[in-house]
Amino acid sequence: MANMAQAIRMALHIGEEHLGVKDIFGQDVGAPLGGVFTATQGLKTTWNAPLDERGIIGCAIGIALAGDVCVAEVQFCDYIFNTIDLLKIAGNTHWVSNGNYNLPMVVMTPTGAGIHGSIYHSHSFDAWATRLTGWKIVMPSTPIDAFGLMLSAIEDPNPVLFLKPKALLRVRGEELLPGEPADERELKAMIDAPIGDRAKWRPRWPKLDESFRVPIGKAKITRAVDLGSDAGSKHASATLVSYGRTVHFCNRAADELLAEGFAVEVIDLRSLYPYDWQTVRESVIKTGRVMFVNEDTEVTNFGEHLAYRTANELLYHLLARPRVLAGKNVPGVGLHPNLEEASVPQQSEIVRELREMLAEVP
Amino acid sequence: MSGSKKKLQNRTGTSRAAVKKSASALPLPKDLLLKMLDLMVKSRVLEERLIKIYKAGEAYFWIGGPGEEAFGVPLGLLVNKGRGHDHDYLHLHYRGSPTLVAMGMPIIDSIRIMMNRATDTSTGGRNFSNHFCYPEWNVVPVSSPIEVQYSQAIGTAWAQHRERSKGITIVTGGDAGTAEGDFASCLVWSSRKGHELPILITVQNNFWGISTAYEGQHGETSIADRARAFNIESAVINGNDPVECYFRLQEAFAYIRKNRKPYFIEARLSRLYGHSSASGANRIDEFDCIKSFSEYLKKSGVIRDGDVESLFARYESEAREAQESVRHEPAPEASDIWKHVYANNENADWRKF
Repeated sequence: MANMAQAIRMALHIGEEHLGVKDIFGQDVGAPLGGVFTATQGLKTTWNAPLDERGIIGCAIGIALAGDVCVAEVQFCDYIFNTIDLLKIAGNTHWVSNGNYNLPMVVMTPTGAGIHGSIYHSHSFDAWATRLTGWKIVMPSTPIDAFGLMLSAIEDPNPVLFLKPKALLRVRGEELLPGEPADERELKAMIDAPIGDRAKWRPRWPKLDESFRVPIGKAKITRAVDLGSDAGSKHASATLVSYGRTVHFCNRAADELLAEGFAVEVIDLRSLYPYDWQTVRESVIKTGRVMFVNEDTEVTNFGEHLAYRTANELLYHLLARPRVLAGKNVPGVGLHPNLEEASVPQQSEIVRELREMLAEVP
Repeated sequence: MSGSKKKLQNRTGTSRAAVKKSASALPLPKDLLLKMLDLMVKSRVLEERLIKIYKAGEAYFWIGGPGEEAFGVPLGLLVNKGRGHDHDYLHLHYRGSPTLVAMGMPIIDSIRIMMNRATDTSTGGRNFSNHFCYPEWNVVPVSSPIEVQYSQAIGTAWAQHRERSKGITIVTGGDAGTAEGDFASCLVWSSRKGHELPILITVQNNFWGISTAYEGQHGETSIADRARAFNIESAVINGNDPVECYFRLQEAFAYIRKNRKPYFIEARLSRLYGHSSASGANRIDEFDCIKSFSEYLKKSGVIRDGDVESLFARYESEAREAQESVRHEPAPEASDIWKHVYANNENADWRKF
């Protein structure tokens, strides 16, 4: 199975071969490195930018103003903050130009904790990103979703921010990409650059299904419950809504509690904006309890918007108050595991909060 | 004008244009000189009309380019106007009206922006005066931040570099904006060896950043010195002299089109009505390029007494009529806030997700 970095790379290859991508650029994106997480190795339109995030985002806007499709990378989202007004401009260009200009650009950036990255390689950006109106914001949790979302992002006529959960970039998926070689060693031999001299190396791209897409704005239920037939229906039920790395913690938390007879549905939102409210709504009406889980800091967190909407629209379906479990409101994610694990949600914390919610009755 | 400003403006040196002007023959064809005067007056009248609209309480804010006509008009005349990579991209700041007037923008377009009408094609009533947008002429949206056009210009220039197209990119800005990082980004990205970009980087140096004088913001002898550090060809020009501007811009365009490399121009010019309506928008006693150019054309026998006054009167009449017409045009609707958030008017309202 491909890992997420390979899946993104293969989507970008399809993008430059078939979807009009003219430039894939950023710091260390081109040869010889091909991206610090290898997501841009072997591609033909990649190039290395100066170490200048404002230049990267400004250049991407300019390329898009010229009508060309590009994918720009900021090496870690921790370094995207000095571009925030340019991101705002990218989001308002179509609106303020009265529809005259749209920006077909993708910005991708690794986000979140989980690689012992200390203060400047562990930030999250999802809550900030959802305030960038005019953008679409996506964040996959699996290689196949990364593949399908990247293709949708490239095709979208609006600016799309593709958040890469960095702890998952080297994690292999459980589903083959459509057309992917079944043997992961074969895939590696085809598209991973060799260690050492890469001057003469060229990738051999597998023949993937170029029509495959994961639509922006569509969530995926990763742990489904059927209260009519599940053993869990005898006990309390709940919904977990997450995206990116914490989806996997939520899945495992749901599995753990299922063994105890509880029914926990997990929704991988995949798109933060626009988001799939209908899937969330139906699940909450079914289970009566909901917790929104993500890594960004907890004050003015995107999960708070979803919890607010839940309270506003679904109050009389709720059996417990809606929860938001997010990163602690501290200035950074500390390097020592004790600090990092206390800063962003872990599986154990999700289980603990979930038990408390499941025990709550009106 | 402060003493230091006079000193700095004197540093522009004697240009080829100035040499030509001192000769008996006209430096440019008579028709072109007349056209430049006409467009400069038209642009000035337009800006003064916008200020009157503001002062009459029919608009919320004014910012614009009176005093920049001698630079902006030749720039607009020299642009290869059109859509796509083979034409020139313009990343203008909010003092770009002379350039747009020279490119053919009708006066009424600017008045529609000023009065926030639904008929304002540039912004649909959303933005300040002089925040133009003309995709058919590669004029990308003007933004209020004073620096962001410099980093965005990298992108259109890169696209033209990549495609080896005929067009070039032009970016304009003020002297105060050069303190921002995007200006440095533009110099760095334009001048990388083997990846030089076909871009004309300009700074219209009016020696003010809102209320802060040049000396309070700069230590460099000239802003153009910064371009030299990146091996970018550069010139400091008298931005109050339309003939000099025409020649020097022509040289710059020719250099970029031939060599596909960047060129930098610092044009030293006047700011005749202050920063914006926030500082009163009252006439300030600085060098007036139209007055000077008119006197020169009179001395040269190109125009006669009363010609300039007639031009002013004609365009004032046109501008007044345009204002009267725009008054009766529809305002944006409240529901328009949701228009154009996403392309193709895809829903962006979370309440409807």
